[in-house]
Amino acid sequence: MTPTVRSRRLTASPPSLTTLLVKVVALGIVDAIAVVVAFVLFGHGEWFVATLALLTAAVLTWIYLRRGALPAKYLAPGTVFLLVFQLFVIGYSGYIAFTNYGDGHVGSKDDAVAVLITKSLTRIPDSPAYPMVVVERGGELSFLVTDPDGVALVGGDGRPLEPAPDADFSAGKAVALPGYTTLNFAQMLQQQTRIAAMSVPLGDDLDEGAMRTANGSEAYVYRASMHYEEERDVFVDVATGTVYADTGTGAFVSERGVELMPGWKVDVGFENFGRAITEESIRGPLLSVILWTFVFAGVTVAATFGIGVLLAMMLNDPFLRGRRIFRVLMILPYAFPAFLSALIWSGLLNPQFGFVNQVLLGGADIPWLTDPVLAKVSVLIVNVWLGYPYMFLVATGALQSIPMEYIEAAKVDGAGRWATFRKVTLPLLMVTMAPLLIASFAFNFNNFNVIYLLTEGGPQDISTEMNVGATDILITLVYKVAFGETSGRDYGLASAFAIIIFLLVAVISVLSFRKTKALEELH
Amino acid sequence: MSASRPRIRRRLLRAGKYVVIVFVSIVSAFPILYIISASLNPFGSLVGANALFAQVSLDNYIGLFSRPAQPYAAWFLNTLVIGLISSAGTVLLGGFAAYAFSRMRFTGRRVGLVSILLIQMFPQLLGVVAIFLLLTAIGEVFPAIGLDTQLGLILVYLGGALGVNTYLMYGFFNTVPTSIDEAAKLDGAGHARIFFTIILRLSAPVLAVVGLLSFIGTVSEFVVASVVLTDPAKQTLAVGLFQFVTQETSANWPIFAAGAVLAALPVVVLFFVLERYIVGGLTAGAVK
Repeated sequence: MTPTVRSRRLTASPPSLTTLLVKVVALGIVDAIAVVVAFVLFGHGEWFVATLALLTAAVLTWIYLRRGALPAKYLAPGTVFLLVFQLFVIGYSGYIAFTNYGDGHVGSKDDAVAVLITKSLTRIPDSPAYPMVVVERGGELSFLVTDPDGVALVGGDGRPLEPAPDADFSAGKAVALPGYTTLNFAQMLQQQTRIAAMSVPLGDDLDEGAMRTANGSEAYVYRASMHYEEERDVFVDVATGTVYADTGTGAFVSERGVELMPGWKVDVGFENFGRAITEESIRGPLLSVILWTFVFAGVTVAATFGIGVLLAMMLNDPFLRGRRIFRVLMILPYAFPAFLSALIWSGLLNPQFGFVNQVLLGGADIPWLTDPVLAKVSVLIVNVWLGYPYMFLVATGALQSIPMEYIEAAKVDGAGRWATFRKVTLPLLMVTMAPLLIASFAFNFNNFNVIYLLTEGGPQDISTEMNVGATDILITLVYKVAFGETSGRDYGLASAFAIIIFLLVAVISVLSFRKTKALEELH
Repeated sequence: MSASRPRIRRRLLRAGKYVVIVFVSIVSAFPILYIISASLNPFGSLVGANALFAQVSLDNYIGLFSRPAQPYAAWFLNTLVIGLISSAGTVLLGGFAAYAFSRMRFTGRRVGLVSILLIQMFPQLLGVVAIFLLLTAIGEVFPAIGLDTQLGLILVYLGGALGVNTYLMYGFFNTVPTSIDEAAKLDGAGHARIFFTIILRLSAPVLAVVGLLSFIGTVSEFVVASVVLTDPAKQTLAVGLFQFVTQETSANWPIFAAGAVLAALPVVVLFFVLERYIVGGLTAGAVK
């Protein structure tokens, strides 16, 4: 018996046909997708990403086709997602923090130049109207214009006007062109915004001017009020002669400091971090937000821990009646989805109509969510309400794992209730709970939902230009700076704030993990 | 006399205990009772909701599904689909990794375990700006997984699949005796068969917990979802209900209440069904 068993163990059983089939089909799909993806990417000129996609597929194929290296086979799928949507995202945040990416600084410099020229187009005063129709070919719109000499010209966005000798005329106006379809009124209405945004250059040089139309039947010549001088890389205001130069800040700036918008994306080094430290309008709010973030997370952890342990000890009494029901009621806040709880509390605490003011306090007018200090208190109360059941559950488990002998031994030695708790129960509790307290702190440090869904970070701090409120923690500030509707988007600064959170969390976790290791060794 | 004194003290202590426990229970349960009452209250405003259970009707629940501008049914379905796919993916991807860490010995194993723990200290929402820009860029080439697509959002969520979840499963897999694998191996079972038919089956409780926790996490996730999904018909409950209730808090309150109750019901029921397992998972370090 033994020899056959051994031989079977040594030679791993060959993969069955179905396994092989599944493997080959799955790999084939992955590789096919990768090839298509790479092909499309090459088409967009993204050769680097395309190569990366092919490389990833090749590595995956190699991992799964070769024999052995089992761990890699099991780790690869999760790792791919981790690399793209976790590690790359972290790295990319780091990069954005060193750029001026944001409203007005989105594209490349060439894009900005083209937009600036088009934006500065103004109609030449008293210039004649050119009769026109809009024609379409292959989804591309063009203007078919008749100039004052009765010559038909055709052109579109980025395609200068050129003569169209075979156009069909009607009452001295070119109305159709072979190969194109003329849009009727309804079709023009449908594409209104697209047509209004078109500007058809008169010639290859944008300075010559361009045709634009407001109604689709008459076009006018527009000329740029800003002239771009390519050799000097400056914009000149044709009317005033003001020179706007590229000073390396991602926009054309005049000597008096006026910026032409849009600008473009450039690397700004540590400027975002520098602004956070030196600009009073950012530093002040940022410091108070950081302080409040620590207070918020710290108080939450301390309070939920305290309440949780207290309740766990109370309910740990086997002679207590109705333990089951109390337990269920107490963990309800944890079972209920947190984002809904936060929204419900925002209604309960509503100063004018909420239940707390209207019913509990008999029509009081307490600004729970609109006063800077009270809003902080409210946010903390709600978060403790949300968080104590977790601590209660964990503490209950931890308490039950403490051997009764320890506590009885303490009693025999004459220790009172308090002394037993402080000297025996608490240290033993901390062994299991300390890592969870750290995790809870880290979680609450970035507890976006409670803050944003309850107060949106408000009430707004009106002493600063920045879009920041009294209950904003760092992560809600990041969100507001990046996606705020009132203050404009500044991805660079927001990412710099995110990097600050990274650093703080890193320091906290290193310090605390060291502490807990010490605790474990003590035990 | 001397014997009854400690007894009185004990009685007082117990009475005090009851007072505290009853008070905490009321505070815990009240907001949830309140929202149930508000959802059944036909007086359409926040003030009207203050009269608890004054009148009971299902008007709000009907109203919930008859608002084209706030497609609650679509939000509900979207949340369900996104949550289910993400949590299933999380269980699968995390399970694969946990199996490798638990059953195989290879160079880089410790480093792998530690780095998973470290990366998880930095939640995905910190990179929300980068995620937004990444999906914008992807969308320019592949609109199907770019900005404002649910598939893109799911892919982002799967990026967080390896983490605390992997740890939970890793811990649980370690408690499944290796002798069972060995026996199966002797019977000619390959590693894949051992994983799917033995390890996964024996670990059903932890899979349920990981699935539920990641489902709840996805359902509650607001930051990334609000940035990625802009079309109302594509949004999730968290994003949709938030905008709905902040636009006109008072007027929309009863309808919101109905929506909140419906959304919370499945989660709460699942939670209590799986409570025993979840509590076990909590001690191992999961934070909702």
